[in-house]
Amino acid sequence: MSSSKQITFNRRSFLKTSALAGGGMLIGFNLFNACSNNAKLPVDISKLNYNDFNAFIKISDEGKVTIFSPNPEIGQGVKTAMPMLIAEELDVAWEDVYVQQGKLDTKNYTRQVAGGSQSIRRSWQPLREVGATARQMLVNAAAAQWGVDASTCKVDKGIITNAKGEQLTYGNVVKAAALLDIPETIQLKDPKNFSIVGKGKGNVDIDKIITGQPLFGLDYKAEGMQYASVLRPPAFGKTLETFDATATKAVAGVTDVIKFGDKIGVIATNTWAAMKGKKALVAQWKQTKPAESTADHDKKLVALLNSDDLKIRRKDGNVKQAFATADKIIERTYEAPFLPHNCMEPMNFFANVTPEKIYLVGPIQTPEGTARGVAKKLNRDESEVDLQMTRMGGGFGRRLRGDFVLEAAELSHRTKKPIKLVYSREDDMTAGVYRPSSKYKLTASIKDGALTGYRLQEACVNANMYGLIPNFFPAGALEHYQVESGQIKSNISTGAWRAPYTNFLASAEQSFFDELAEALGTDRVALHMQLLDKVKQNPNPKIKYSPERLQGVLQSVAKVSNWGNAPEGVYQGLSVYYCHNTHVAEVADIIMDNGTPVVKKVSCVVDCGIVVNPLGAMNQIKGGILDGIGHTMYADFSFKDGTPSSKNFDTYKLIRMAQTPRIDVHFIESQEDPTGLGEPTLPPIGAAVANAIYKATGQRLTKQPYEKALLENKAKVLG
Amino acid sequence: MLKIEVMPTYNLKINGKSHTVNADEDTPLLWVLRDQLDLVGTKFGCGIGQCGACTIHVDGHATRSCLTQISEAETMEITTIEGLSKTGEHPVQQAWKTIDVPQCGYCQSGQIMTAAAFLKSNTNPSNEAIRTAMNGNICRCASYNSIEDAVKLASEQINNPQKA
Repeated sequence: MSSSKQITFNRRSFLKTSALAGGGMLIGFNLFNACSNNAKLPVDISKLNYNDFNAFIKISDEGKVTIFSPNPEIGQGVKTAMPMLIAEELDVAWEDVYVQQGKLDTKNYTRQVAGGSQSIRRSWQPLREVGATARQMLVNAAAAQWGVDASTCKVDKGIITNAKGEQLTYGNVVKAAALLDIPETIQLKDPKNFSIVGKGKGNVDIDKIITGQPLFGLDYKAEGMQYASVLRPPAFGKTLETFDATATKAVAGVTDVIKFGDKIGVIATNTWAAMKGKKALVAQWKQTKPAESTADHDKKLVALLNSDDLKIRRKDGNVKQAFATADKIIERTYEAPFLPHNCMEPMNFFANVTPEKIYLVGPIQTPEGTARGVAKKLNRDESEVDLQMTRMGGGFGRRLRGDFVLEAAELSHRTKKPIKLVYSREDDMTAGVYRPSSKYKLTASIKDGALTGYRLQEACVNANMYGLIPNFFPAGALEHYQVESGQIKSNISTGAWRAPYTNFLASAEQSFFDELAEALGTDRVALHMQLLDKVKQNPNPKIKYSPERLQGVLQSVAKVSNWGNAPEGVYQGLSVYYCHNTHVAEVADIIMDNGTPVVKKVSCVVDCGIVVNPLGAMNQIKGGILDGIGHTMYADFSFKDGTPSSKNFDTYKLIRMAQTPRIDVHFIESQEDPTGLGEPTLPPIGAAVANAIYKATGQRLTKQPYEKALLENKAKVLG
Repeated sequence: MLKIEVMPTYNLKINGKSHTVNADEDTPLLWVLRDQLDLVGTKFGCGIGQCGACTIHVDGHATRSCLTQISEAETMEITTIEGLSKTGEHPVQQAWKTIDVPQCGYCQSGQIMTAAAFLKSNTNPSNEAIRTAMNGNICRCASYNSIEDAVKLASEQINNPQKA
């Protein structure tokens, strides 16, 4: 396969260069506008700044390169991986590259969101083009100085060599390069020749992290800053009636108590005083909206699943007919609870609302929308908002919602002080934007020893699966296939949680397939291989997953996990899934320890195209799997009269080291463009674990968390 | 209304240096470190001693700073992540870097402090012992495999510095 790609720009305007007054060269570009045709960038190069470009590279006259990474870092590694793409094509030594978080530009950012495992997939081509363009300009400058043709020059790690063996460094020619025109034609490297991409690069913030330097939103401080803690309604559906702040005001360090909406903000000179002051508030609440409980949701969701009110999302053939003529029908309903995100760094944000500008600093996955929301809330112009992103102590979807930024801004606006709003863990878990609880009913028909029909019905709180999902596997594999969904409304706030919908749907479907394989008397791997063969025979443009790549990960995982040949006492469960453009197969090995299943090992095969940063990729893959196991097994969360069942880690169980299996990761070798890894390894693991538990115990688990389900089953047996 | 606030004074010994602070007697050491002394490497995670993000060393032992009141801290020899080594050269910190442990990184100073104290008491731990010792520290990104490997690597480097 070839090889290095020659690219001719017809959108040169996405990139601008200029000479720096103090020496060196600046290359500004608008990363994601580069992919669209309506890029509007200023022509006047003297105005090159953050307001025109969302990312840029600075090359100093010593040849050192600073890359401003435009996407928010939530732990998924883009702050390392995205600059790797630039550095690769720029052909500099990674040691000479310094990475800094870019600032928000609300006008020109088109995709500065961390979510959906899209950062790398979307930036792969444009970032490489930027790096290659800069390299070409530097080479052109050197060639001009030597009076030779640029094509006769070679570059290695920032050193340009001509045919005679003479050398110039990037630093030597950067001044001249800055004055050159942007080249129309550039050459991208053949991925085979990558020296940075594909090689493990450590986290760029590692030194700061291991020595405890300020990095996160919670660490940010400003002159005169005060701390705020907010009392919010104790239950969804309640509003504030009256309150008494006498005891709060007596707390040393408390300076202000501010009622805003149904909330009360306590402002103090230190975090502890603000938290203590909040605890001392005496508030009366009244029920103004329904007090909802999980038991009621469950009844409504089941009723919805059994009604005719679901909307058809995809329909192939006629499942009803397939079911009517079947030899056997298998039906199961799978259930999942609400989930809080529980980022280790609780929600927090700094706001300083001044007459001239609104300064916002902190951890947020959606800087653009949040800045706009603050401007709207305070009736100010968006251009007056200056939002600076910090590293985030986890996101998992929670930091897509900027509700806490609005609170911080409002408190600063009211007090006219710079304010750092800090959530306690209890605030974080009770004022959540939860993964909605959901139920999936799966029905399949078997006739003459073959699978003939498949029906997936979804009932979910406040939301439904996004449009791509009905086209995921097994769509395309069966003549009679139908997906339906419906929702019930709730006043509990819900939103995205790592791998939305698929985080549980994959558990349901891949558990169901285990049962189907058993009913058919077929091995799991063989069943999937057959079904995927059918997809290959009937190509369908709506189907985005690749049957070949799914078969590839499946066959590979069977091999590396020694599928079907587990040693005595080890029980294996398999799961294979496609989401977020990545194909993944996983096998969980469990043993029984005193009657309790323990996951000892997970084998995982991932096809994500070219692996940009193997170290970072490995972290995402293993983290996704362990996060998935933890929530599948332990996450017990419900509501009673609008109040969450857990408020902190004493009652809410997150996975800890003693419960973690070792994870054996393999990549499919590929020259395909890279796809994201922040999410795709999480969804399949729940079913791999459940299927292994079935083999060990004979119990088909359908209701998460599974640890609780196992205990309940045990109690039933003991009577 | 003017509030007259007289807060007690405490003398603390942190990272080998003396500090004098004024704080309410029930203030957790965590917030004194973070808000008053700018030692923000010690993190707030849960406030009830469940997650370990706020782990510091008190007289060499891993201790939750969120549960340590300032009024009991005067007699303590306190070490925070900032004082574990001068520039990050402690074998545990170096192992964290070699393995590239962090994802979001927020819990890692607590993890490092727990591991460093543990390796003083058990210089040649089994993986089982590591898993037990580290079980009090939550990593929400679930970088547990890497943490386990890094603690093991650090113990090897402590035992055989030449090799490192």
